[in-house]
Amino acid sequence: MKTYYSPTHEYVRVDGNIGYIGITDYAQNALGNVVYVDMPETGDDVTAGEDFGAVESVKAASDLISPVSGAVVEVNEHLIDNPRLINENAVENWIIKVEMTDLSELDDLMDEDAYNKLVASEKH
Amino acid sequence: MSEIKTTCLHDRHVALGAQMSPFAGFDMPIQYEGIAEEHNAVRTACGVFDVSHMGEIEVSGPGSEKFVNYIFTNDITDAPVGKIYYGMMLHPDGGVVDDLLVYKRADDAFLLVVNAANIDKDLNHILGAAAGCDDVTITNLSDLTAQIAIQGPLSEGVMSRELMMDGSDLSFYTFKETVCPLTGEAVIVSRTGYTGEDGFEIYGSPETIGKCWDKLVGSGECKPCGLGCRDTLRFEVGLPLYGDELADDINPLEAGLGIFVKLQKDDFIGKDALVAAKAEGLSRKLVGLEIHDRAIARHGAEVLAPDSDEVIGAVTTGYRGLSVDKSIAMALVDARYAQKGTDVRVKVRRKVFPATVTAKKFYDKHYKK
Repeated sequence: MKTYYSPTHEYVRVDGNIGYIGITDYAQNALGNVVYVDMPETGDDVTAGEDFGAVESVKAASDLISPVSGAVVEVNEHLIDNPRLINENAVENWIIKVEMTDLSELDDLMDEDAYNKLVASEKH
Repeated sequence: MSEIKTTCLHDRHVALGAQMSPFAGFDMPIQYEGIAEEHNAVRTACGVFDVSHMGEIEVSGPGSEKFVNYIFTNDITDAPVGKIYYGMMLHPDGGVVDDLLVYKRADDAFLLVVNAANIDKDLNHILGAAAGCDDVTITNLSDLTAQIAIQGPLSEGVMSRELMMDGSDLSFYTFKETVCPLTGEAVIVSRTGYTGEDGFEIYGSPETIGKCWDKLVGSGECKPCGLGCRDTLRFEVGLPLYGDELADDINPLEAGLGIFVKLQKDDFIGKDALVAAKAEGLSRKLVGLEIHDRAIARHGAEVLAPDSDEVIGAVTTGYRGLSVDKSIAMALVDARYAQKGTDVRVKVRRKVFPATVTAKKFYDKHYKK
């Protein structure tokens, strides 16, 4: 499985035409304690570049921007009662599972090396 | 945009690793260790805030008392020296210019402590009102005055031990002019704050306030606290923030602050409009909301009627409570829906959640009277 990254700090981990979408470790760390995750419902469509929900810390809400287009086939229901799972492990605790409709959208995203460079530049 | 300002403690915040963010034109610390940790320190022990961004405007001269009474909603007539009053300055239409504290320093000298975001607006308002008055002088002391707030149940002891300043003689909303033993400079110490806990605010020169800050933070007895928890603390006890619960187009009666508006006193700016508004009946009121979901309704979220999509108001502040584990908010709503226990709904992004109108206070204040 390969993981791709967006400039707004979401990742999509790809398994065939299924994508697991979440926020990066860098993003969870910048947010602080996550107190609520606003997720779509199974069956909803998401569109690359458009928001599909939000992650909220005590201080603020941060929109979730989908890196790819497709239909939501599952949401991570553990996050409903335990949103802090994202702080514990943002990579393992994906937010939505999407059946992707256009795999060529992945070409517009970053690989791990490129994303790490972006994070390094934002830290300055 | 003008260049962002800093307080005299800015370098210390950065050295402590604070998350900094612009607030009211100043680069301010939002949090150091974390909002929840700092919030809980103030509720259970002691925290210190840099509030040097606040504005201080002095009104002096023989006409001061009359003038302050004319621009201020509370009544300072014959107040004793050392007393502090909370209230508002109003536009002629009753909207709030700012909320502020008035410190009576002498029969002919009052210190007005105003919100950082409103300093220029307040000064214009005050100077406009003072035009033609030759018995008052208005002086903006904001840039010369630094300020910290020591807040929490252990504040009195911490201040006494670390700063060698006694606050036990001060009752709630009083102050004294004294000397800071650390620098020998004059300071004002008041038993005030914005957290719902006991505590003190100290006003002084940047040098004195810097030394006080270092002593307090270095003691380990007093956690440095950012504006993030300042907001969660004041919100939980139902204290308004200008820009959220108060604004140019919100009057203080709508915000539930009628006890700080003395309609029986002589003329003051905005009085006629409030008398008329009261006679007509308020069309909207500030209420508390409990949202029956984990979703957080923040400033601007629409409040909807229980049975239709009619927008009946908007959230002014909302959080996942820190001292109470619930999603709670304050909202300005149509008076028809302002009764406690009324069912309403709140729209957060695409979703709508049921909510119930509650009191504005979600956590009890613990002041030393």
